[in-house]
Amino acid sequence: MAKRTVELDVATPGLSEAGDIQRIPLGVGDRTPLVDTREPELESDNMLINLGPQHPATHGVLRLVVELDGEVVQRVIPHVGYLHSGFEKLGEYRHYNQLIPLTDRMDYLAPMSNNVCLALAAEKLMGIETTERCKVLRVIACEMSRIISHLVWMGTTAIDIGAFTPFLWCFQQREVIYDLQEMWTGARLTTSLTRVGGLMADIPDGFEQGLRNFCSGFPKVLDEVDRMLTRNGIWCGRTQGIGVLSAENAINYSLSGPMLRASGVPYDVRKDRPYLDYETYDFEVPVGEHGDVYDRFLCRFEEMRQSTRILEQAVKRLPDGPINVDDPRVILPGKGEAMSDMEAMIFHFKQVMEGVPAPVGEAYMPIEGPKGELGYYLVSDGTAKPVRWRVRPPAFINLAALPEMSEGHMLSDLIAINASVDIVMGEVDR
Amino acid sequence: MNPSITTLRREFGDKVRRAHVSCGDTIVYVDAAVLTDVMKYLKDTAEHDYQYLVDITAVEYRDGERPLEVVYELFSLERRVPLRVKVELPKDQELSVQSIVPIWKGANWLEREVYDMFGIHFEGHPDLRRILMWETYAEGHPLRKDFPLRGRFSRAEQVRQALNANPEAHYSMEELSIAEAFVDLPTDMKERLARGERGRVGGPEESG
Repeated sequence: MAKRTVELDVATPGLSEAGDIQRIPLGVGDRTPLVDTREPELESDNMLINLGPQHPATHGVLRLVVELDGEVVQRVIPHVGYLHSGFEKLGEYRHYNQLIPLTDRMDYLAPMSNNVCLALAAEKLMGIETTERCKVLRVIACEMSRIISHLVWMGTTAIDIGAFTPFLWCFQQREVIYDLQEMWTGARLTTSLTRVGGLMADIPDGFEQGLRNFCSGFPKVLDEVDRMLTRNGIWCGRTQGIGVLSAENAINYSLSGPMLRASGVPYDVRKDRPYLDYETYDFEVPVGEHGDVYDRFLCRFEEMRQSTRILEQAVKRLPDGPINVDDPRVILPGKGEAMSDMEAMIFHFKQVMEGVPAPVGEAYMPIEGPKGELGYYLVSDGTAKPVRWRVRPPAFINLAALPEMSEGHMLSDLIAINASVDIVMGEVDR
Repeated sequence: MNPSITTLRREFGDKVRRAHVSCGDTIVYVDAAVLTDVMKYLKDTAEHDYQYLVDITAVEYRDGERPLEVVYELFSLERRVPLRVKVELPKDQELSVQSIVPIWKGANWLEREVYDMFGIHFEGHPDLRRILMWETYAEGHPLRKDFPLRGRFSRAEQVRQALNANPEAHYSMEELSIAEAFVDLPTDMKERLARGERGRVGGPEESG
């Protein structure tokens, strides 16, 4: 278990009444306030405030209606749907490969893992087994996505809580991955990396070296962020004991990903329902104890280190060979072939005009996305377009536990708790 | 085939209908009347132990004769086994099924989404409101097959309605009651809310 505990005697200097420097212990335990902060009994109404949908701390277009008693949150009613784009409906009018550009735009902080999940779901439905090289490249795509998603999470959460510097360090590292992503797919955000049965493109020259350089440089930056945050008195005070969810409650709310693991439930799709040969990689799944914002931070932090380990292993084992399955009904022929060979041209025409039909049936394919269990559920009636394309959105389901976590805390803690959920509204609203 | 099916059949008899395997996943159809009992049984019996509700969704097939299906995806964290439970809702009857929010709190938003997108009513749900579409949305339920891809109204009409909807101005009665904000509202708005109106969008083409 990669969980590290932080000693609670982390202290910030303060001044006593006599003017001497004293050390104030921080932590979850009962703290006796230095000054009497109790207020005289005043008669007051609760206040109703509207937070969002356009507010930088709501990480997108989330609207929260908050009932406050003084500064204490009595009730939170989240309103979502401002970014609803009807992707699931659109998907019913698209071929399977045409769904891939739609998946980019859902979890836009980790587009490549969405692409991979859709390809895996369609392949499960059609019974296609991809090549070894393709599998390893997809693992690389997934882990790169996890790192950039967690980096955005850590940077923006630090800003929400008042630390600006880690944000810059995180975004600098994210830029390195974005450059690699751009090198591979030609796009920073709308990657559309995968195809049913393979990938859109093989990695270019210099990509492997770039990834190796990232893997060697990134842990140093993580160490710096670690020094900046993990034992920082303000950070601990703002996050420890805030937004606590018990393991039982976390399961009851169907939480997944770091949110669930921070509460002490060691459920990781990569370990429990392995896909892409994840069982052959050597990595640990960090699990928290307290289920508070601080443990979620530690879990995500450690996950980035573990993802770097997986990336190193994947680059080392990357086999040669084709990236696409050898099946002309599924994979488009190359341009040269399609222009010169009659048969290839026919396959090209059939695929573009009619799509790839899937057999009657249905498949639910979960992967461990950066936000949690990302699942695509496809139902086919034998045609080339799905009858139903359902996305199991981890951010949406995690967000549903926000009222439970934040009621009874201060308004400023609500911001920290909301940040700790790691929502991305493109996925919440779809 | 998942071995849970055999014990389910023994426990619930013919209330458990057909079961089959698709792409390696076991799917079992149960009678809508016993849904909560089946779910409780699957969650609480040590032998099954499906504690984790992965997802709730619904499927409407292109074939108009086929009933709608409400799909529950379960997972056992201990045994690492998934199970998909389905309930069929014939279209000529009321689209209604028991809510499983008392069993899994996580079902709350998922059922709201299914209600919003398919118009399936969940009996006993504590707060069955639209979730992705706004509360005054009048065009129906978008993921139904009879709902056109571009919506029921013209683009211009949709824009007009969306601009008029002003969703930030619509707090639900529940929200208003908590902070006694209700007393401060203008009289006409108070009357409308008290009648249970949710600030419908007017206009000649208004339809359900």
